[in-house]
Amino acid sequence: MIFNKIINTLHPLERKVLPHIAKHATISALIDASKLSETEVIRAIQWLSNKNIVTIDVRPVELIGLDENGKAYSKIGLPEKRFLKAISAKPLSQQEIVKHENVTQEEIGVCIGLLKRYGAIEFKEEMKIAITDAGKALLTTVLPEEHLLERLAKESRNVSALTLAEKEAYERLKRRKEIIKTTPIKVRTVTLTALGEKLAKIKLDAKGIQDRLTPQMLKEGSWKGKTFRHYDVKINVPKITGGKRHFENQALEYIKRIWLDLGFKEMKGSYVQTSFWDLDTLFVPQDHPARQMQDTLYIGSGTIERGKLPPIYKKIKEVHEKGGNTGSMGWRTPWNEDEEKKLLLRTHTTVLSAQRLASLKKEELPGKFFNAGRVFRNEAVDWKHLFEFYQVDGIVVDENATLKHLKGYLRCFFGKMGYPDVRMRPAYFPYTEPSVEVDVFHPIKKEWVELGGAGIFRPEVVIPLLGKDVPVLAWGLGLARIVSGYYNITDIRDLYKNDLKQLREMKAWMRV
Amino acid sequence: MPTITLNKSVIENLVGKKLPLDKLKDRISMLGTDLEGIEGDKIHVEIFPNRPDLLSEQGFARAFAAFIGTKPGLRQYTIKKSGFKVIVDPSVSMRPYTVCALVKNLTFTDERVREIMQVQEKLATTHGRNRKKSAYGIYPADTITFPIQYIAKDPTKIKFKPLGFHQEILASEVLERHPKGREYRHITEGWKKYPFFIDAKDKVMCMLPFTNSNDTGKVDLHTKNVFIECSGIDLQNIQVALNIIVTTLADMGGEIYSLDIVYSNKTITTPSVHPTKIKLDLPYVNKRLGLQLTEKEAVKLLGRMGYGYANGFALVPAYRADILHQVDLIEDIAIAYGYENFEEIIPHVATIAEESPFDVFKNRIGQYLVGLGLLETNTYHLIDKEIQTTWMKLKVEAIELVDPVSQEYNSLRYWMIPSLLHVLRENKQHEYPQRIFESGTVFMHDKAVEETGIREVMRLCAMSTHPDADFTEAKQMLDYVFRALDLPYEVVETEHASFIPGRVGRVVAQGKNVAFVGELHPEVLQTFGLEMPVCAFELNVNEIFALLQEKEK
Repeated sequence: MIFNKIINTLHPLERKVLPHIAKHATISALIDASKLSETEVIRAIQWLSNKNIVTIDVRPVELIGLDENGKAYSKIGLPEKRFLKAISAKPLSQQEIVKHENVTQEEIGVCIGLLKRYGAIEFKEEMKIAITDAGKALLTTVLPEEHLLERLAKESRNVSALTLAEKEAYERLKRRKEIIKTTPIKVRTVTLTALGEKLAKIKLDAKGIQDRLTPQMLKEGSWKGKTFRHYDVKINVPKITGGKRHFENQALEYIKRIWLDLGFKEMKGSYVQTSFWDLDTLFVPQDHPARQMQDTLYIGSGTIERGKLPPIYKKIKEVHEKGGNTGSMGWRTPWNEDEEKKLLLRTHTTVLSAQRLASLKKEELPGKFFNAGRVFRNEAVDWKHLFEFYQVDGIVVDENATLKHLKGYLRCFFGKMGYPDVRMRPAYFPYTEPSVEVDVFHPIKKEWVELGGAGIFRPEVVIPLLGKDVPVLAWGLGLARIVSGYYNITDIRDLYKNDLKQLREMKAWMRV
Repeated sequence: MPTITLNKSVIENLVGKKLPLDKLKDRISMLGTDLEGIEGDKIHVEIFPNRPDLLSEQGFARAFAAFIGTKPGLRQYTIKKSGFKVIVDPSVSMRPYTVCALVKNLTFTDERVREIMQVQEKLATTHGRNRKKSAYGIYPADTITFPIQYIAKDPTKIKFKPLGFHQEILASEVLERHPKGREYRHITEGWKKYPFFIDAKDKVMCMLPFTNSNDTGKVDLHTKNVFIECSGIDLQNIQVALNIIVTTLADMGGEIYSLDIVYSNKTITTPSVHPTKIKLDLPYVNKRLGLQLTEKEAVKLLGRMGYGYANGFALVPAYRADILHQVDLIEDIAIAYGYENFEEIIPHVATIAEESPFDVFKNRIGQYLVGLGLLETNTYHLIDKEIQTTWMKLKVEAIELVDPVSQEYNSLRYWMIPSLLHVLRENKQHEYPQRIFESGTVFMHDKAVEETGIREVMRLCAMSTHPDADFTEAKQMLDYVFRALDLPYEVVETEHASFIPGRVGRVVAQGKNVAFVGELHPEVLQTFGLEMPVCAFELNVNEIFALLQEKEK
C-alpha cells in the first residue's frame, strides 16, 4: 500500500532514473544509463532524496583535463619526443632543432633538461646535440605521460580514478607549462536507502500515469481512466510577490473606516499653516514653550516667511489679551501680530478642527468630524522619534455633548483598534478644559500606554470661531505606537524606510 | 515639563495619612500630575505647566491632602504688616515690576535649603519662562537694611560678589564669568543698564536676571527670616509666583509679613493672598460633565481641589495661576469627582458620515497600480533640497525650512520623482524588477493662494526599474490608468532636464497638462547611484479630479 502511494507520486524523471541506481551511482553514470540530461538527472535524484528513497553524498574532488599546450601535444606529440625525432638522423644545433620539428625555444630548455636526465642525448662539438642508444630506445617506447594525454584528450578525469603510473605522470606534467588544468568540483554519489532498494525491485511502468492535464486531453476526453501523478503537496514552492498598499496606509484606511462608521465627516486642510491657525486660534499663549524653534518647523530660507491673517484674527487677539466675549480673563499678555503670521508646518491636526469650527454653518449642528493626517515637529530622528508622523483628530460639536460622550467615543475607537481597556487621566492642554490624557492597557506588555490627548475645547477657542459656546469634544491621538506595535516594528523609522523586501513580506492589516 | 522628586515620608507627614503604594500611585495620577515612578522613599512626579503651585513638596502635599480628603477646602494664611518699604526706581523699564515679602521664624535644614532653591529654579523655568518673563530671589533678611531700592544701573560702574565668588567683580563681567550670566545673557540683549536690588547701606543684593550677591543672597542653616522678591515684565505673573513661594514657606512653618512696594505713581502692599472669586454656574457645570451635582456636592468637590465657597462663588486660592474661566473650575470638579467615575456613553445623534471624495478618488487610482503589481511606498514630505534640484539637473524654487534639526531634510518636496528615486537608491540590493508608486502632496510658491502663498498639490508617481525598463512601460501604465478613468489624453513631445531627450512626454487631457512620462536621464541615475534604467510617470491628481468632476456635470 505504502509503496503504491509513493509510486503514484513519482515524477516521470524519477521513474527513469531510479532503475539505474543499483546501489550506488554517480551522476555521470546515471546520465549515461538513463539518457537524460544532467539537469533532469539532478532534479530526479533531488526529488527522490526528498522522498527518502535515496541519499545524496557530496564530495569535493579535483577534476583534471588538458590545458592549451596539453591539447596541442595530444595531437602533435610531446616536445621531448619531437626533439629526439629531429636528432635521430644526425646531431643538430638547437636552432636547427627548432626549425626542424617546430619546437619552441622555451620547450627546448625543458627538453634538454628532461632528456639529459633520461641519458637520451649528449652534446657534441659546435654545441650540436646527438641521440644516445638510450635515446633511440626511448623514441620507440610510449611514455606514461603520452598515455595520460591520450586519455585526457578523450575526457576529463577524476584524480582519484588514476592508476599509479598515471598519477606519477600527472604529477610530472602538472609542473610543466599549461599542459594540465585542474578544476575543483563536487561529485555527488547517490545511494539507495532501504526503502529505495525495495522500490528499485519493483518494475515502474510510467505508462498510464499522467503528469499534466492538457487542453488536448480535455478536448478529446482522453483523461478518462487515467491516473494523475500525485504531487508532494508539502513541497516548498518558490515565493512570488505582488503589488500592495503600504502597510501603514492599510492601517489608516481601517482607522478612517471606524470614524466613518460612527457617522463622522472627514476634514481636510493644508500642511502649511500660519502660526495663527496652528496655535493662536487654539488659545496657545504666545510665550508657550512649544512655539520655540526646536519644536516647530518654520518655513523660509534663513528668515521665517510670513503669511496673511484672516479677518477673524481680531476676535482671537481680543480673547488672548483680555478674554474677549468669552467670560475669560485671557492670557493678559501683549499680542504680537508678526508672531501670528509665521508660516509653519502644522504641528497637530487639531488645526483642522479649529478651521472646521470656523467654517461650520448652523445647519451642520450637531456635527462630528475627523481627520487622519501627517503632522510635523522639528526633532532629530531616532528609533522612537520622527519629524513627520500621523495623528488622528476628531471633534463632536453638539449642544448636548458631555465628558461622558468623550469617554464613550474614545473607548469605542480604541476597542476597535484592539485595546478594550481605556483609561482617562487629568492632563493639561491650553485649548481644552477639562483636559484628558488617554491611556490604553497593552494586553501583551501588561501596562498602560499613553496614546493621546483629549478634552472639551475651551470657550476661548469655540466662541470666536463658532460664534457661540457649544461644547466641542476634541481629541488628537498618535498612531505610530499602535501601527508599529501591530506590525512588530521596534524602530519607528521603519514606517517610512520603504525597504522593498520589508514591504513585499509585511503581513496585511487584519483587524476588521 | 518639569519633574520633581518628593520625599514620601515628608508628604505623608504633611498629608496626615499613609496610603498603600498602589493607592498612592493611582491618586497621584488621578490628581492631574503624571507619576513617573516611585523608588523607595522617592516619588518622581511630572508637573503640568498650568500648576506651578505643585512644584514644591509643601504645595504638592497641600493639593494632595485636599484631594484625598484629609485637609479639604481653602487653606487660610495670615499676613502681618512689616512696615518696610521697597522703592522702585523708574529706571527699571526693562523689567518694570517687582513684588516682595518677608517670611519669619523659619527653621532650615540642608534639605529645606536645597528644596527652596529647587522650587525657585523650577518656577523660573516654567512660570517665569526661563527667566524671560520673571525671576525670583530669596535672601536672608537679617543682613539687609531697609528700605531697599529696585533700580537699574550701568553695569560697568558697579561692583559686587556674585553667588559663589569671593571677590568683587564688575557687574558687566557677570555676563562672561558667572555661569548664570552666560546662561541668561540672551534675555538681556540690547540692555544698557541692568536692574539691581540695593539695600539702605548700599549693599548690592542681586543683579537681575542673573544672580544674588554672595554676601546678602545666600540662605543657609542659620537663616531664620527671609526676604523674597519676584520681578519681571508682568505684574500678575509675579504676584502668583510670590504667592506660591510664601505659601510654601508658610507651610514650612514660617510667618508671612507684607511690604510696601513704592512705585513712582502708586504704592502696593504685597503679598496679597486673598482668594479671587469666580461665579459657579451649576447647570453649566452639570451640562458639560453630564452630571446632576447638587450645590452641596459641587462645593464638596471644590473643597477637594483646595477651593473655598461662599454665596454662589468659588474662592480660588491665590497661588493658582491657571484659573481663567469657569471651565477651569469644571475641570477641577471633574478631577475631584474622579475621571474614572464617569460613565462611557455614545449618544444616538444622527450625523451623516462622509469620506473626502478626493481621497476616495486618489485611493481608487492607487488600486489600479496595485493591480499592475506596484508596491506603494510611504515617503516624507521633507527632502534634501540638493536631491530635488542638483541631483535632478533641475532648477526649481523648492520651499525651504528654517533650521531643521535633521539637516538632510531641509526642504518641502516640489515633485514626487526624486522621493521615489531615493527609495530605489536605498533598495539596490533587493530583487528586480522593482515597481513602486506613491501619491503625495508637493509644495510650490503661488501668490494666488490666500494666507500662506504656498500651493499644495497631490501628485501620483509610478516608477519602474529593471534592465528593460523603458518609455513604453511607463506609458503603458499611464495608459492603463487613463483608460480606467475613461479620460482621453495625448502625449506631446517635451523637454525636461531630468529625462533622456526624445524620451519624455507631456500628457494633455482636455487642454490641461496633467502628467509627464519618460525615461530618467542616465546622469540623474548615476548621481543617485542607480545601476538600472528607470521609467516613470507623475500625474497631477487634483487636475484629473477637477476634470472628472467637470465631466460628471
